[in-house]
Amino acid sequence: MDFPLLAFSVFSTIAILGSLLVIFKKNPVSSAFALVLVFFAFAGLYALLGAHLVAALQILVYAGAIMVLFVFVIMLLNQDEPVHDLEATGVIYRVVSALTVTALGAILVRAVLASKSMTPSGALTDEKIASLGGNMKAISEQLFTDRVFHFELTSFLLLGAIVATVTLAKRKSRGEEGEV
Amino acid sequence: MLAQRKPSLLNRLYLIEVVRGLAITMKNFLFHKKVTLQFPEQRRDYSGRYRGQHYIKSVNGVENCTACMLCPTVCPAECIHIVAGEREDKEKYPIKFEIDSLRCCFCGMCEEACPKDAIKLSNIYEMSQKNRTVYEKDFLLEQRGNK
Amino acid sequence: MSSIETTLMFVKIAIVLMGLLLTVPIMLFVERRGSALMQNRLGPNRMGPFGLFQAACDVVKFIFKEDRAPGHVNRFYYTIAPWIAVIPAFMTFAVIPFAGSLQMDGFEAKFLIANLDVGVLYCFSIASLGVYGIIMAGWASNNKYSLLGSLRSSAQMISYELTLGLSIVGLMMVFQSVNLGEIAAAQGETLIQLGPIAVPKWGVFIQPLGFVLFLVSMFAETNRLPFDLPEGESELIAGYHLEYGSMRFALFMMAEFVNMAVASGLITTLFFGGWQLLPGMGFLATQVEQLGILPAGGWVQVLFQGLSFVMKVAFFMWFFVWVRWTLPRFRFDQLMNLGWKVLFPLGLVNVLVTGLLIYKGVL
Repeated sequence: MDFPLLAFSVFSTIAILGSLLVIFKKNPVSSAFALVLVFFAFAGLYALLGAHLVAALQILVYAGAIMVLFVFVIMLLNQDEPVHDLEATGVIYRVVSALTVTALGAILVRAVLASKSMTPSGALTDEKIASLGGNMKAISEQLFTDRVFHFELTSFLLLGAIVATVTLAKRKSRGEEGEV
Repeated sequence: MLAQRKPSLLNRLYLIEVVRGLAITMKNFLFHKKVTLQFPEQRRDYSGRYRGQHYIKSVNGVENCTACMLCPTVCPAECIHIVAGEREDKEKYPIKFEIDSLRCCFCGMCEEACPKDAIKLSNIYEMSQKNRTVYEKDFLLEQRGNK
Repeated sequence: MSSIETTLMFVKIAIVLMGLLLTVPIMLFVERRGSALMQNRLGPNRMGPFGLFQAACDVVKFIFKEDRAPGHVNRFYYTIAPWIAVIPAFMTFAVIPFAGSLQMDGFEAKFLIANLDVGVLYCFSIASLGVYGIIMAGWASNNKYSLLGSLRSSAQMISYELTLGLSIVGLMMVFQSVNLGEIAAAQGETLIQLGPIAVPKWGVFIQPLGFVLFLVSMFAETNRLPFDLPEGESELIAGYHLEYGSMRFALFMMAEFVNMAVASGLITTLFFGGWQLLPGMGFLATQVEQLGILPAGGWVQVLFQGLSFVMKVAFFMWFFVWVRWTLPRFRFDQLMNLGWKVLFPLGLVNVLVTGLLIYKGVL
C-alpha cells in the first residue's frame, strides 16, 4: 500500500469515527473534542490533496479558534443532566427527522455517484498552482483580483453579524439596568 | 472611594516602565549582594542571651541541682518532671530529671527560678530529632553548649 | 529522494528533537537560578558545579514520583491532556529554519524539516492546538479552579491569536512570503549603510511595532508571565495542572518550555534574521575555515549559522525568564482590554501603515 492511500484511509477513518462520536457522546464537551478530531482529520485530507493553505486554515480557524470558543461556551453554560430520552419526543418529530436524514443521505450519495473521479479537477491543477508560486500566492491572487467582490460581500455579511450581536448584547444589558 | 488618577500617556504606554523594570531586575541579577546564608557552612551570629537547648550545669561531675522543685513549679508549659532522691551524704538530688522538649516553650523561666544555677538554656538551636524527644538527665548532664 | 537526502532528513529531525528536549532541563536550571539571582537569592547551587545537575535531579524526581490520578477525574481526558499539550509544541518547530542552505552533490540541502509554502501559518495552526491540552486538563480534573484556569486559557488564546496573526501581516507584505526559510534568507540584505556598520534588513528594523505586538501576544500564547492567568497560583492555586503530579505534570512543564523555545525561534526567524550570522560571526567563520579542521564546502558557514540561530533563540528564552521575574500578573479584565482595545487596533494600524509605505515605495 502506498503512502497517500494509507494516510487517506487513516484520516478518513478518524473523520468518520470522530463524527460518530460527536453524535453519540452524551457529554457536550466530549462531543466538542471529537469534533476537533474530525477537523484535524479533515485538515490531513486537505493536505493530502496538496491544499496546504486550506489545511492550515482549517486547523487555525476551525480547530484553533471556533472550537475553542465552542468549548468555552459549553463550559460556561451550567448544563443540567442532558436529555436523551427519545421516547419523550413526539411521533411527528421522529418522522420529520427520519425524512430529513434520508433526504440528506440521498443527496450525498447522488453527489458522490455523479462525480467522475475522486481526484481534484478544475482550472487550477497542481502544475498551474506551482507555476503561480504555490497555494498561498494562487489563492491570494484570485481572492484580491477576480473574486474581490465576493470577498468584500463576505466581509459585509460578517460586519452585519457583528452589528447584530452588539445590538442584542447592548439591549439586554440596558434592560437589566432598567430593572435595577 | 479611591481617588481616580489618570496616569500620563507615557505611563499608560507601559512599555517604558517595562524596560525600566527589566533594568532593575537585571541590576539585581548582576550586581546586588545576595542575601542567602549558606547554612551548614555559614552560620548566623545569635545573641548570647539566645535561649536554645537545655543543659544542667555540673561541677566535677556532680550536678548543681538539688531537686528543689522550683523549676517545675514555675514552668508555664509544665514540661519538667523531677523525681527527688537522697544521696549517701544525705544530700538531696534528682533521680530523674526530664524535660519534654516538645512541650517546652523556651521561655527561660526555669533558668530564672533556679537558685543553684543548675538548669540553663544554651545557644544550640539545631534540635531536630527523629522521634518525640524527652531530654533525660544523662543527656542534660553532657554540658552541651556550656559557656 | 536520494538516500543522502533521506539520511539528512532524519539527521535534521534528530537535531531538532534533541535540541528541544535539551532545552527543557536547561531552562529548568536557568529559570530556577535566574529567578533566585534576580531576587537576591542564590537558588539551587548544591548539585554539581553552580548547581548544574539540579535539573537532572528534578527530572529523576519527576520520573520516580508516584503517578496517581485523583478519583474524581475523567480518566480518559485526564490521561491524554498532557500529551495533547506537549505534542503540538514539538511539531511546531518543523518549519523553522535553523541554518541556511548548502549546495550538496545534486541537490540543495535546506536546514529545516518541512519546507512548506504555508510556513508560519502551519506554526500558528499547530500551536493553536496546544490549548486543547490545557482546556482538556482543566475540564477533566473536575475541579473548579482547574476549570477556571482552562476557561481563562481559551479566552486568552482566542483574543491574542488575532493580534499574533495581524502583527506579522506587515512582515509578510514586506517580504512577499509566508515561508519562514524565504523570510530568513531575505533578511540577509542590507537595509541602510551607517558608515562602517551595515544595518541588516531584519524584521525588527522594518516592523518595530509589529515586533512589539508579536512579542506581547507570544507571551500570552505561551502562558508566561505577565499573562499566566491559566496558572495564576495566587488565585487558582495552579490552574489547569492543579490535579497533576509526577511525569504528567512534567509533561505540562515540558510543553511550556518547548513552547517558549518555539516562540523564541519564531521571533528570531521573523524579526531577528533567523540563521543570519551575528555581527562578528562572519569574521570568525572565515578564520575557522582557514584552519581547515572542518570539511570544506560551506559546512563551516552552516555551523556558524546554526550557532547564531541558537544564540539568538537562547537570548529570547532568557528574555522570557527575565520578563517573568520582573512583571506582575495582569488582571483578567486588563488582559482583555489590552488584547482587544490596544493591541488589536494597533495591529490593524500597522498593516495599514505598512501597506501605505509599500505603495509609496519606501519599503
